[in-house]
Amino acid sequence: MNHRDLQSQLAEAGYVADENLAMALYLALSLGRPLLLEGPAGVGKTEIAKALAEVRGARMIRLQCYEGLDASAAIYEWNYQRQLLAIRAAGEGEAASAVEERLFSEKYLLRRPLLEAISQDEPPVLLIDEIDRADEEFEAYLLEILSDFQVSVPELGTIQAKSRPMVVLTANGARDLSDALRRRCLYAYISYPDKETELAILARRGPQLEPRLATQIVGVVQALRREELEKKPGVAEMLDWAAALAGLGVNDLADDPASVQASIVCLLKTAADRDAVPGEVLQRLIGKAA
Amino acid sequence: MSTVTRFPARASGVAERVSGFMAHLRLNGMKAGPGETADALGALALVDAVDPDQARLALKTLIATGAEDWRRFDDLFDAYWFNAGRQHREARQSTHIRTQLRRPTIWQPHFGVDADGNASSEPESGSPGSDDEGVESTEGRLLATRTDAFTRKDLRELMNEETLRRAEIIAHDLARAIRDRRSRRRKAARKGVAPDMRRIIRKSLARGGDPLDLAFKRRPDRPMRIVALADVSGSMSVYARVFLSFVKGLVSAEGATEAYLFHTRLMRVTPALRDRDALRSAARLSLMAEGFGGGTDIAGSLSAFADAYAAKALNRRTVVIILSDGYCTSEPRKLAAALARIRRKAGRIVWLNPLKGWRDFAPVAAGISAALPYLDAHLPANTLEALSALEGEFAKL
Repeated sequence: MNHRDLQSQLAEAGYVADENLAMALYLALSLGRPLLLEGPAGVGKTEIAKALAEVRGARMIRLQCYEGLDASAAIYEWNYQRQLLAIRAAGEGEAASAVEERLFSEKYLLRRPLLEAISQDEPPVLLIDEIDRADEEFEAYLLEILSDFQVSVPELGTIQAKSRPMVVLTANGARDLSDALRRRCLYAYISYPDKETELAILARRGPQLEPRLATQIVGVVQALRREELEKKPGVAEMLDWAAALAGLGVNDLADDPASVQASIVCLLKTAADRDAVPGEVLQRLIGKAA
Repeated sequence: MSTVTRFPARASGVAERVSGFMAHLRLNGMKAGPGETADALGALALVDAVDPDQARLALKTLIATGAEDWRRFDDLFDAYWFNAGRQHREARQSTHIRTQLRRPTIWQPHFGVDADGNASSEPESGSPGSDDEGVESTEGRLLATRTDAFTRKDLRELMNEETLRRAEIIAHDLARAIRDRRSRRRKAARKGVAPDMRRIIRKSLARGGDPLDLAFKRRPDRPMRIVALADVSGSMSVYARVFLSFVKGLVSAEGATEAYLFHTRLMRVTPALRDRDALRSAARLSLMAEGFGGGTDIAGSLSAFADAYAAKALNRRTVVIILSDGYCTSEPRKLAAALARIRRKAGRIVWLNPLKGWRDFAPVAAGISAALPYLDAHLPANTLEALSALEGEFAKL
């Protein structure tokens, strides 16, 4: 298998990946290294993990990062309630050391996504989404898991991975990631797709549209990205808009300015951006795209 | 691949060429060590390495560690493997590439600044017969630059005076004074100083009244970050040297500080200022200083900042320091709009204006009067005394 095969497999699963991304994924899979994806919001960073899971027929385990995410929510935690119940139930007859042995066994371990991912028999796809939202300390936990695929639980010892998960990390640039983490990962930057790629994405994932309308939609979205906007519309927004237009029964963007203007909420998500693209500007963009 | 690549004559196999490539990347500021070389060889074995595009894609994903590297990689790749990109992608050839293979070594005087900031202006000529020599001896062989004399001011002068050092020290202290803020509230913390009785009792309920889980609290740090934007246009040129040292001081005091210079364009100089290697730091600044001493487009630069960096650089605990005289070629309305955008994300905006220290100063420049409503403070910065007085002012913010 080479990266082109992977690219076409992904295309069958409904994900249009460019050469850069296909190569990055192919190498990540072949070398067993995690893959760090960066790029603007809405270019399909999260989606790639789902497509990969589908292609590989693997389970996808997702860890959504947020500020304050800690080891007990991401890796493992002891099931305190069960342990306490067990202590009460144990009563007098049993030796204390035996009880303790029993309490700190895997039975009382709650597996959070990261531990879950390395204890699967079949290698799953592990998606660590928006890693830059988590605190820097959390990266340190990740390093052990990403380089050695093992988790240290002080009471139990080190748990080795049964299979190596395929790890995909995504980041939006909310803060700089540490060099240590970056060095362990392969890297790919996903930017907004070019016109042809975006048309292909629309054809795969969007509603059934006439080629002419599809070209118009993609043309307008691409032109909007060149405008000075606070939040540029991503691929996801483009698909939403296409679905909205299909739902409204629009066949030609130039014919129905009112519905087009109304549906623009799918693309422009702040008040300032909506003001920046009034009806006339939109009509001009549509005129150019047609 | 019909091009002839000029490898060092002693380079024999793939491994050596690849490690030469890694040295080339390292020279250009990428993080490529022996580990990466081994990985690269492994990766090349997996792809069709004879196809340059596949090799390029594979090495790119392997070596690049960030968006910046990702963008520069193609040019660096061409520069090494395609003989400085001459055959193929002439148009895309970036001017920022150092290459060790090209002959004409131009040691430009303004790159010769040593660690103490003293200029070593002794021009060094490339040693003869250096075509096939290794990597180590290539420091300073730059053919990076377009040498438009008038767009390039010698930054050497900016870095070797006592006052500059003092400006740096003042900035250093200032940055530390701003940074050390602690919250008034106490917050639950894993390792706190005080037991959090409320949480302990609440948690003990789940254990039948036994206080098994102990909770602690402490006052968390709330460090302020600094983002400095310094104007280096013509009207500011007398102050630019001091301000540059000032900004360098800010950056060196605190890891999270970001620094940008602007005239008609905006550029991020944090990595250049933070570079421990003073020589390389000066070289990088010089590269960025094209157009230094020209006109100003404050509004354009600030909105470029808001577009490209604000999401990452700003939060509610950020102090934005703008060092400028407010003379601007763009419309005041635009400046107000750009500041309004920054205002929404940043905690504080402080404008340090060298003109304000002058007697009879009134903010009549259209730019500065449009900006005033968005500023938390508009302070003088024409002398070192004024700069050192800032610490008190900042404490009030």
